[in-house]
Amino acid sequence: MTGFEDEFSERGCDEAIHTLYHYLDGELTTERREVIRRHLDDCAPCLEAFDFEAEVRVMISVKCREEVPETLRLRIAAAIQHEERQPGPGA
Amino acid sequence: MADRAQFTELAMEHMPSLYGAALRMTRKPADAEDLVQETYLKAYRAFESFQEGTNLKAWLYKILTNTFINRYRAEKRRPELTEVDDIEDLYLFRRLGGLEAAGAGRSAEDQVMDLFTDTEVKEALEALPESFRMAVLLADVEGFSYKEIADIMDVPIGTVMSRLHRGRKALQRALVEFGRERGLVG
Repeated sequence: MTGFEDEFSERGCDEAIHTLYHYLDGELTTERREVIRRHLDDCAPCLEAFDFEAEVRVMISVKCREEVPETLRLRIAAAIQHEERQPGPGA
Repeated sequence: MADRAQFTELAMEHMPSLYGAALRMTRKPADAEDLVQETYLKAYRAFESFQEGTNLKAWLYKILTNTFINRYRAEKRRPELTEVDDIEDLYLFRRLGGLEAAGAGRSAEDQVMDLFTDTEVKEALEALPESFRMAVLLADVEGFSYKEIADIMDVPIGTVMSRLHRGRKALQRALVEFGRERGLVG
């Protein structure tokens, strides 16, 4: 074990960790968000954990980026051009 | 009402993100290409029903999700992933021993970025059951709100939250396993 259990012992740590994802997802009310933000100002262990989770999310997003194969772009453009030449449903 | 003539101009820029999601969901490049092409054709045909001023990317994702479910969904069973409820909060953070252990003297961003390879992150995500994988993709990769995810997946917001909660825990569990294999985790 790492000993983090002892660090997250301030008042408000449980609540902060419990709402961490709602906070990072931007889904807390302004009041709740403010309570968490104030806790993070005073609590280095929680701030470190929040930073870590935020960076994990950035990492996941960056590492999942994909480049569209040029052949697929061309295929889709051709398929839509083909559709354009068909009469639409209202025509 | 949206004008079909504008479709290409507005919709094509979302292709990299849709293709990435299609790859994560189908796990096969050929199927992902077919899924994206079908999504674009359906979207083009239905574009007159798209409400201008609403979120085009979310609308395209809804079509992609429905097409995936109808055509490619492989899982007959719907796993609930309840076993991850035993995983503690901040699982990955605690197992790694915090940021210090990840590489002292560097920015938090660089430290976390170098923890796992592209392949490990993709594999960890692709190992999630489909409905959890889609929720995590939409939130963590694409940054959609809970409300948007609920609309795209056609489930209540409470379901989105529980799928995200469990999906993220399972994702962290998979990443910890990769970390363990590489000796990052004790």
